[in-house]
This record gives sequence, C-alpha cells and structure tokens, in this order.
Amino acid sequence: MTDSVKILVPCGSIGSGVRPDEVKAGIALAAQAIASDAGSTDSGAAYLVLGKPKYSRAAIERDMTILMKAQAEAKIPLLVGSCGQSGSDAALDWMKDVVLDIAREHGLSPKIAVLYCSQDRAALKAKTANGKIKPLPPLGPMTDELIDSCEQIVAAMGPEPYIEALKAGADIILGGRTTDTAVIGAFALWKGAGAGPSWHAAKVAECGAQCTVKPTNGSGVLISIGVDGFEVAPLSQDNLCNPHSVSAHMLYENANPFILTEPGGALDVTKAVYTQADPRTVKVTGSEWVKAPAYTMKLEGAATGRYQTIMLIGMQEPEAIARIDEFHDHMLRRLIQRVHDTIGADAGDFDISLRLYGWNAVSGDKPPPGTPPPREVGVLFVATAETQAIATQIAKTCNPWFFHFPLHLDRELPSWGFAFSPAEIERGPVYEFKLNHVVECEHPLELVRTQWIDLATKEAA
Amino acid sequence: MATVKDACRHLRSKNAGPFWVTIDLFFKDYATFEKYAHSPALGADVFAKLYGTDASLVRHYPVPSLHMVKISYPRPRAQGGELERDMHCGQQYVRLLGIELD
Repeated sequence: MTDSVKILVPCGSIGSGVRPDEVKAGIALAAQAIASDAGSTDSGAAYLVLGKPKYSRAAIERDMTILMKAQAEAKIPLLVGSCGQSGSDAALDWMKDVVLDIAREHGLSPKIAVLYCSQDRAALKAKTANGKIKPLPPLGPMTDELIDSCEQIVAAMGPEPYIEALKAGADIILGGRTTDTAVIGAFALWKGAGAGPSWHAAKVAECGAQCTVKPTNGSGVLISIGVDGFEVAPLSQDNLCNPHSVSAHMLYENANPFILTEPGGALDVTKAVYTQADPRTVKVTGSEWVKAPAYTMKLEGAATGRYQTIMLIGMQEPEAIARIDEFHDHMLRRLIQRVHDTIGADAGDFDISLRLYGWNAVSGDKPPPGTPPPREVGVLFVATAETQAIATQIAKTCNPWFFHFPLHLDRELPSWGFAFSPAEIERGPVYEFKLNHVVECEHPLELVRTQWIDLATKEAA
Repeated sequence: MATVKDACRHLRSKNAGPFWVTIDLFFKDYATFEKYAHSPALGADVFAKLYGTDASLVRHYPVPSLHMVKISYPRPRAQGGELERDMHCGQQYVRLLGIELD
C-alpha cells in the first residue's frame, strides 16, 4: 500500500518471545514504529493488586533489549502499553526500571515518556457523585464503598496520551494500562491514517501472529495502514495471513464480533471486506470508527480477598475411583464436620472445596451415570478462610482424614498418593476484580499523568 | 441427529474481560451454519441452564461470512474468585459438544 503507515507488532505481549529476525525483517520493510502491549487482565486480578508482571524479568528484559536496540538503530518510536501486566503505577515503575537498566547496559539514550493511569479514590468518588461513572453489565452502579473496596484502580488509556508523547518527540513510550488496540493504533492515528483502518488493524495485530494461518510459526506481524484500508502480513517468511485468519481474530476475546468499544468511540467492522492481496498479505477495507458523544475510559479495580491453603492427593485404587462421586461427597462432609468439631467457631466462615482432577475438576459437574472411571484421579483440597493461618489450620486439621480417607469404614485405612511434605501449601490470598465500569472524562488526558526521562540530557547514573 | 461436535469444525471459549465469557462455534460450512445458527438448542435458556448465567444477558451473534456463531454471556462469578476452576474459561465450550441440534 502506498502512503501507508507501517507498524511493526513484534509479539502478542512483551515477554512472550520476540524474534530478532522478525524485527529485522519488519525494519527492512520500512516499519515506522514498533508497538506492543505488555499485559492484560486475562491472567487474573493478582497482577493488578500486586503490581508485578506475569512473566519473568529475564523474559521481559530479553524482549525489551531486542526492541530498544532496534528502536535506537532504526530511529523509530517504540510504544509499549499495559506495562508490567496490569499497567498500574507500580507495574509501570517496574518496567521503567527494566528499561533504564537496559539503556545503561547497552549505552542507549532514548527520550522516554512514561504514562501513568492508576486512579485516585477521591477523584473517582467525585466522578461518581457527578454521575460520570456508569456500570457495564453484569455489575451494578458505582458506589463509594465499591471504590473503597479496591486496593488498586486503573483507567485503560486510549491512543491520545501516546500521540501527545509522540508529538513531543518520545523515542520510547511506556504506558500504564491501555487498550491493546490503542497502543498499536496510536502512531497511525497520529500520522493521519484512517481511524477505522487504524483501529481495526490494531485489533487484528494485538496478539501478534495469532491472526496468521500458523500462529506458532512466528511471533509478530507488520500492519500497513492507509486512509481507506489496511494490510496485514506475518513478519516470518514461512507464514501467511488469509481472509479467514484475519477476520476470525476480530472475534477473539471480544464479546461482540462486529463492534469493539474503545475510549472515545467504537470500531465497527460490520462492513469490512477481507481480500488476499498477495500470497502472504490480507487487505481489509470498510472498517469504520464511530465517535462517541463522550470520551470514556474503562476502569479496572481489584482487591485482596480471603486466603487459601491447598493439599493434593493422587488416587489409583480402582474401587474408590469407580465410586469417586460417592467418595467425594462422603469425604467432603466428614472434613467439614472435623473442622467444626476440632476448631469450632475459630475457623470462621470457611470453605472447603475438593476438586477431582481427571474426573470433573474443571466443570464441577457430576458426570452422567455410566461414564467410565479414569485410571487415576487427583484430588485438590482447597481451604478458604479469613486468614492464611486459619486456612492452614483447617488444612492441617483435615490432614489425616484427607490422606487416609477410606471408601469402606470397616477396612484398613488406605494411604492416598501424595507428593509433598509438608503436605499443605499456603497459596496466599484470592485476588478479585471488582469493577466493570466506565468513567467519562473531560478530555483524554484528564486521568493520565506523563513523566519524561531524557537519557540524552541526563548523566547515566 | 447432529450434535454441536458433528456440526462444527472448531470451537473455542475465552474470557472477554473478567466478567464475560465468549464462545465461538465455527460450523463446517455455510449450509450447516444456516441450518443451525438460530437453533433453539443454542438459545439463551440453554446457556442459563448450562452455565448458571442470566438468560436475559446472553448475546447471540451469527457471523455468516465466517460460518460461525458467537455466543457471549456474563460469568456467574467474576474471574479468579475463590471457586475459580477455569481462569481463562478456555474449557467452557466443551459442555456444548454433546448438545443435539435437531
């Protein structure tokens, strides 16, 4: 596509494994920016509360080193959204430290913009009072209590803070929580590419090679965005995109296959047309951006819940496995009774859940009668209580019963197969998402704070 | 008598944010899609029963160009709670496989 804006999307998420050969290939194809997200809510609320990334520092450092060197050599901006998995201020600071260490080690001196979007409770309460926060189903209206119940709240940014940083000459932009599409689409939107094609291309590329025919044959894609349409192709030569692989990606992790709601508007792909432009490239036209009357950002909030201690046994005894549902119900009743009898009221409002891996642990349903028994069953014991200490006391109280519970009370006690000693594992707290709300903003930068670090003008520490 | 498994070449399920699940049913071909896309066997009440969700919030989107139907529903419990058994909801589609479509 002539006069198009070319964005190199090196992977689905920073830390998952950028390929240096692909980055080189994308730059040789005249990529004008590199963009990727580094997080999502998908792996649970723990990362938002803890402010720590999902991947190892080594994995993230490796990918960022490849991308920062490519940025410096090609002199094109590098945009990274949802830094540190959750994109909270703490997670973003973690990523900033990684980036500063890499710059120091490799003698790089980029101008870095850091976009923070953790939210202040008082400011959100004022928004609530002014009717500026609305719930998305299935949750109810925002309240001060709900805000107070969250330990950490972020607002997912749109492309505007990135565009402002690009205008001010940023080489590297590290963003807090951002919609995947916004960080990937920002550069093209800034350069005047069509809004519909920019957002749609970004959605297609958000998981890197996931939109290709062989997602395991590579890591990234190159998107070329014009005024009326865009093209997408894998960075790896031994892979290709086809209309099905590209159009199917719009469905991914999105409740509505035609509409993607974003800060400031919505992408509508109802009229999109997908055609094979060349053997590896798909061209898409007809994508539309529908501007919303108000600028909204989605809030994500999470908190620490109760604590869990777990134990695990493996069972092979054929007779017990053949009657595993009966065994489960009987054991669960007896374990709960034993906690009541032994710990009493001090156990508080506890929960014990026994999950039969190999039988029905994922669904929790009873399989239909006549389902053939498996060869082995793993039973995961999960005690949930107000504190870690109580959860562990519950597990230790159940210990002899859980590890030796018989199918027949009148026979010698069995010993189920257990792998660890000590047998109980303190799993820590349960972390829970609390918010599914949108906040209306005066303007796209109202809830965002930008910090600048210019390593060219700063003595390396 | 065709089951979901017979009629589809591919199925998948995934979180759509921490509060929603989305299931994609890719039918074998256009004729199969046309025949079953609006089958009552894939109706909101069936989802309410199978997944414990609110039938009035179940969304059903046929996508003719891909011979597929996307069905989205709110999780009965938000992702990652005390009783979580499938963090990404990646296994939830399996419950549909045996459903008889006609």
